[in-house]
Amino acid sequence: MNPVVRTILQRLGLGIGTLLVVSIIISLAIEMLPGDFARAVLGQSATPETVAAFQREVGLDRSPVVRYFEWMGGVLRGDFGESYASAGSLAGHRRLVADMIGPRLLNTLFLAGVAALVAVPLALFLGIMAALHRNSILDRGVNVVSLVSISSPEFFLAYILIMFLAVKLPIFVSLASISPSMSVLERLYVIALPAITLVLVIVAHMMRMTRAAIINLLASPYIEMGRLKGARPMQIILRHALPNAWAPIANVVALNLAYLVVGVVVVEVVFTYPGIGQLMVDAVSKRDLPVVQGCALVFAATYILLNLIADIVTIASNPRLLHPR
Amino acid sequence: MSESMEKLRLAEKLVGRGKVSRRQFVQLALAAGLTASAGEVMFVKAARAEPKRGGFAKFGLAHGATTDSLDPAGYPDTGTQFPFSGAMSNMLTEVDVDGNIQPDVAESFEFGKDAGTWIFKIRKGITFHDGKSVTAEDVIASYQHHMGPDSKSAAKSLLTDIVEIKADGPDTVVFTLKSPNADFPYVASDYHIPIMPLKDGKADWESGVRTGAFVFGDYEPGVRVHLKRNPNYHKEGKPYFDEVEFLTIADVTARSAALTAGTVHWISRADLKTLNLLKRDPNVNIEEVTGLGHYTLPMHVNVAPFDNVDVRTALKYAINRQDIVDKVFLGHATTGNDNPIAPVVKFAIDPEPKHSYDPEKAKFHLKKAGMENLKVDLSVADAAFNGAVDAAVLYQQHAKAAGIDINVIREPNDGYWDNVWLKKSWCASYWSGRPTADWMFTTTYSKGAAWNETNWSHPRFEELLVQGRAETDEKKRAAIYAEMQQLQHDDGGAIVLVFNNYVDAASKKLAHGKVAGNWEGDGLRIAERWWFA
Repeated sequence: MNPVVRTILQRLGLGIGTLLVVSIIISLAIEMLPGDFARAVLGQSATPETVAAFQREVGLDRSPVVRYFEWMGGVLRGDFGESYASAGSLAGHRRLVADMIGPRLLNTLFLAGVAALVAVPLALFLGIMAALHRNSILDRGVNVVSLVSISSPEFFLAYILIMFLAVKLPIFVSLASISPSMSVLERLYVIALPAITLVLVIVAHMMRMTRAAIINLLASPYIEMGRLKGARPMQIILRHALPNAWAPIANVVALNLAYLVVGVVVVEVVFTYPGIGQLMVDAVSKRDLPVVQGCALVFAATYILLNLIADIVTIASNPRLLHPR
Repeated sequence: MSESMEKLRLAEKLVGRGKVSRRQFVQLALAAGLTASAGEVMFVKAARAEPKRGGFAKFGLAHGATTDSLDPAGYPDTGTQFPFSGAMSNMLTEVDVDGNIQPDVAESFEFGKDAGTWIFKIRKGITFHDGKSVTAEDVIASYQHHMGPDSKSAAKSLLTDIVEIKADGPDTVVFTLKSPNADFPYVASDYHIPIMPLKDGKADWESGVRTGAFVFGDYEPGVRVHLKRNPNYHKEGKPYFDEVEFLTIADVTARSAALTAGTVHWISRADLKTLNLLKRDPNVNIEEVTGLGHYTLPMHVNVAPFDNVDVRTALKYAINRQDIVDKVFLGHATTGNDNPIAPVVKFAIDPEPKHSYDPEKAKFHLKKAGMENLKVDLSVADAAFNGAVDAAVLYQQHAKAAGIDINVIREPNDGYWDNVWLKKSWCASYWSGRPTADWMFTTTYSKGAAWNETNWSHPRFEELLVQGRAETDEKKRAAIYAEMQQLQHDDGGAIVLVFNNYVDAASKKLAHGKVAGNWEGDGLRIAERWWFA
């Protein structure tokens, strides 16, 4: 069998196992947290009777094991359940987990996509340029800027951007609250600041990996050979070094893309962007287990798929792995 | 008064209604002997004072979660209270800006033979957003939504005293109570009890069809609520805005930035630490109101050493509240005097002797309790109120002078109300306050109350509580509530630390009348009461 196909199948099988384990861990973790949905929602105004009524309606009065298997059964049929928050609603007002996650996941993917579309080419370009002109002013400058941006916490970068680009110079808006009625251009305008923040945060990592991988290769004998035969530096990097550097670059890109999907809750909060991170945080603080499970599965699946893609790139870019003896 | 001055006065009134132009007004002012610039200032002031129709107002709220819903059984915080209760709905009654009770959905209310029966007449011609008239059945269903064994409503305990609600004709509702309660009309103003239409035998909360100033529009839980003006609103001329939007901006820095950048016109809970920076913005007004909300440190009076009244008094004298107001709340609070009834509430008194910082008196009471030193645990978390941990640490330092060693235990924020409050014998707590003395005492300090956070029970207090509810003579009630507050002050287990101020910030584009202090944001009704200048 083709090693690429075999890897994909193997990894997908393992991925499903991972998702299963993740769902069990999440269930256990939420069970172990103090309080439950009823108490978290009612807060200070909880009384024993109202808590009991809540638990009956949501089904929290049954054992966690029974609830887990019911949920699991639903998932196997493609039904991710219903948020506890809609308990007692009529059929038309049920809040299905899938409906809650869907639009927010799209929002998150939109922001992540825009940030990645800017960040990845930019990081590759800067990395290659830095490697090409190693130890030049350009290299040092790019390094300093990107290290500063990666070393500052993202909320700090976000506040600085808001201060200069939204308050002092009102070019962009500080609230990235997008709504379905907006056109694509409006959306792009509104999410400019969070996207810039994310680009600043992830570019450094990818750019430095690109630079390091290429510089590493530049010391190899075959590059020396290329130089001796008179190839130009740009040609050496693009034709000879880069194809061999894809594996580490792809891995670090995958890692950063996964971060863009699952790890940007702080940026979402600062810009009040309705992404999936905020949904998960709300759901955890209210112990809304079905929603937490849904988000966790999305996050885990994101990691699994992106790592899978990175591995495929690694295999495809390396003839030794592509044609094993 | 000269004739031209009189003309000017008249013109001032007309300006607000848009009937006199700026040029005409300034000419009149010049004729009356004022300078042109003084006339200009007067014009702007007059134009602001009279409410104007129009505009799309946006409000930035500190709360809101994806688990929120339209169901009034919930409404856990301002993220739902502002849009769904304050802007979209009306209760039977309403607390006005001066703290008095006024009819709202009800046209009038009166008690029957005594305060144990209350008769509410529904306002003539009042309709829901869909055009249907409000009837007695709708009111009954709206109340029953919170009652009964299956209720999961936060207002359930509020309504346990209702024995029966019945209709007397299509526009009269009669409430029969377990025992007389002269303050029942105040209970009917609670933001959890909006009047909703009856549908299939139940109150229909899901459609968002209510009676309020604004009609339900788009809703993304935890993100935004967008509402449109109700043209048939029963309050003359109101509301003034054409559209309003409530945005959840949980992060306080983001909220301030949204206001200064002009994305929103008003934000709740401005950041006290950076308030002076915000004040410097020429387009921003800071709105500060002392409300009913207060922070307490409740002790369980049935647990040693708090079972000794002298220990409690010693602890009350060992805290420097002014220091805490200055350092923790940066001056945006009023010191408490171990009386949970806010000064603006009817019948409130300031009990004597005032509990201010006095280590000698604390030592004296400690000695009276037969102790030289005292070591106690105080469990706090910022979930109780912002600054609870800092306040406790300051208290620890104050109490040292009186020979009291307070061991401050920092509890996790998560699950604080489940695991610490009502469970630990001394902790920190928050009350948003209630508009009447009876209501506050009944929820928190009466024997058997679900939220009696001090486990305090005092026979005389209980006796007075029942008497006060049944009494309809204002003078006698005042005496009863004064004695109860004194008892609470002298013997109760709660250290009432401070009454917190609501500190909001608004764009100068907005104008308003007197601001109510019964809840945040002009009694939650900012959308209905404010306008664009």
